[in-house]
Amino acid sequence: MRAKNEWNLPMNRAFLEVQNLKTHFPIERGILWRRRIGEVRAVDGVSFSMEPGEVLGLVGESGCGKSTLGRTILQLIPATAGKVILGGKDLTALQGDDLRRARADFQMIFQDPYASLNPRMTVFDALAEAMLTHKRFPREELSARISRLLEQVGLAARFQKKYPHEFSGGQRQRIAIARALAVEPKLIIADEPVSALDVSIQAQILNLLAQLRRDLGLTMIFIAHDLSVVKHIADRIAVMYLGKIVEIGPAQQVYAKPIHPYTKTLLSAVPIPDPVRERKRERILLRGDPPSPIDPPPGCSFHPRCPYAIERCSKTTPEFDSLEGQQRATCIRLREIN
Amino acid sequence: MLELRNLRTYFHTRNGVVRAVDGVTFSVEKGETVGIVGESGSGKSVACYSILGLVPQPPGRIESGQVLFDGLDLLRCSAKQLRQVRGKRIAMIFQDPMTSLNPFFRVENQLIEPLLIHDGLDRRRSRDLAMQALAEVGIPDAERRIRMYPHEFSGGMRQRVMIAMALITKPDLLIADEPTTALDVTVQAQILELIKKQQQELGMAVIFISHDLAVVSGFCSRVMVMYAGRIIEAASTEQIFYEPKHPYNQALQRSIPALQPTATELYTIPGMPPDLSRPMSGCPFAPRCEFAVDYCFHTPIALTEVSPNHQSACLRVQRREIELQPASVTLP
Repeated sequence: MRAKNEWNLPMNRAFLEVQNLKTHFPIERGILWRRRIGEVRAVDGVSFSMEPGEVLGLVGESGCGKSTLGRTILQLIPATAGKVILGGKDLTALQGDDLRRARADFQMIFQDPYASLNPRMTVFDALAEAMLTHKRFPREELSARISRLLEQVGLAARFQKKYPHEFSGGQRQRIAIARALAVEPKLIIADEPVSALDVSIQAQILNLLAQLRRDLGLTMIFIAHDLSVVKHIADRIAVMYLGKIVEIGPAQQVYAKPIHPYTKTLLSAVPIPDPVRERKRERILLRGDPPSPIDPPPGCSFHPRCPYAIERCSKTTPEFDSLEGQQRATCIRLREIN
Repeated sequence: MLELRNLRTYFHTRNGVVRAVDGVTFSVEKGETVGIVGESGSGKSVACYSILGLVPQPPGRIESGQVLFDGLDLLRCSAKQLRQVRGKRIAMIFQDPMTSLNPFFRVENQLIEPLLIHDGLDRRRSRDLAMQALAEVGIPDAERRIRMYPHEFSGGMRQRVMIAMALITKPDLLIADEPTTALDVTVQAQILELIKKQQQELGMAVIFISHDLAVVSGFCSRVMVMYAGRIIEAASTEQIFYEPKHPYNQALQRSIPALQPTATELYTIPGMPPDLSRPMSGCPFAPRCEFAVDYCFHTPIALTEVSPNHQSACLRVQRREIELQPASVTLP
């Protein structure tokens, strides 16, 4: 694991700091005159920090904003408000060439291995493009570096001449990982990297990511909707609902003893592959459908579906509170319900 | 009620003949819940599409076998007879509700269609039944919702609409092909509860296809595991989980991340699923099996009973050469 001061940070600064990040998408009407009639609050005030070498699992269901958060951190989508500070550099303030140069520091692995690789480029081309764009390595070194990268992700070096369609889903995801690693980034965001793969292949890719993380001291944000997958690789877990983090804490704790009502529901909804236990267990079933991020409910955004909601929940926006240790959640009734 | 005998469905493609379903035999009794589990390419979906004549022919072709539904062979009956069964007595719901709901028609029209065709009811009566069906699947404000188009519903709601459509004629058998795979886990829990409730109320049989063993464990009383177009183990849900009798079943369970202690390397099944267009001699799982011995590679497999009500196609288990341990269930 890399020590904090290899990055020459002032000692009290975290490696990645996300400060009150917001990403709102305007909804406009009209053809000649565009009127803004509302906005989709995809990310609505997210703050957290990470140490180098840490893996943060970001979980939540469709529409909670986790993918948008990942993309906003990587400056793929412009933030509406807030800051992202990586290794002391304010990414949200960068523009043009400065931003382009900084992009070598952070990379993404996408969910769909069939869409994220250019079908007209060989593996060599794809990996070389990444390296050449960021002007890091001389051309003579490319082939050797690419061969080593491929071996690191468990693929034979000779595969560099092949095209994406010649590979299976799991293999393509390995190529995507190699591409992300090619520029030696400081931060990697993996957006549901195993969701599109069969269970047995998922395990292989997760093992690979865990091993790379150990060998290279990677700092990673692992976005997933499946908590049991995240638990294996994450040091901490953050649970998102409707654009905000509702619970964050050490992975084991959040998984074993969730404190926020939404996290409890999420965990209770996951089926257990054990017939006797599965049939006996009490499930917390949520009422209704997830609300829209265009018109979030007043007060606590979870209160309309929360089994513990009281009147005050619709009037107060909860702040982070904690019961013990590093685990925190946004709920005004935290003590009563735990 | 439903009996499949030695079904073989092959796809004749440019790259060869893909043996998607290669000798599948099973039966489903009235009111039973049966799970078919397997990964992509195992043949679980194609087997069920074959039951209802939904396999495009060409390139597919049902090479041999019978599908008997209350004595009627669905593979050999007249088109008229098949239409009377499909949608009325056997209904199917699919993974992606957007491809099975017609985006051009309002939900109302799609819901009443089976009633108009199969039960010969008039529009007014059908509309009443349709609104009742929507309420039963938990869609509030049915009066207004029924006039909407599919794209105006969320994924979970569309799946409910599809379930309403499937159940509106009160079928004897529901085939659910990965109905919750595309849904969020909290919505999945709601939909599973819904199907379970309807199943109990209507006394309907359900074939539940999934790659997710956990989902199947809560829902089905019996499970069949498929690999490379064949059933390789069949037993009650408890037996499948607590007394696995095929190495693939055991390996599949061991791969589930939730069952493994944290911060250890996850178990993976070595190798890759076989190419179904290549002829296979012997057991299709042998190349990946940790228990495989010489004869596994050239002795053809057959599903036989290895203990009361428990069938396995593993040659070594059949010869009593090996005993398998259940995946350790150590959950927090």
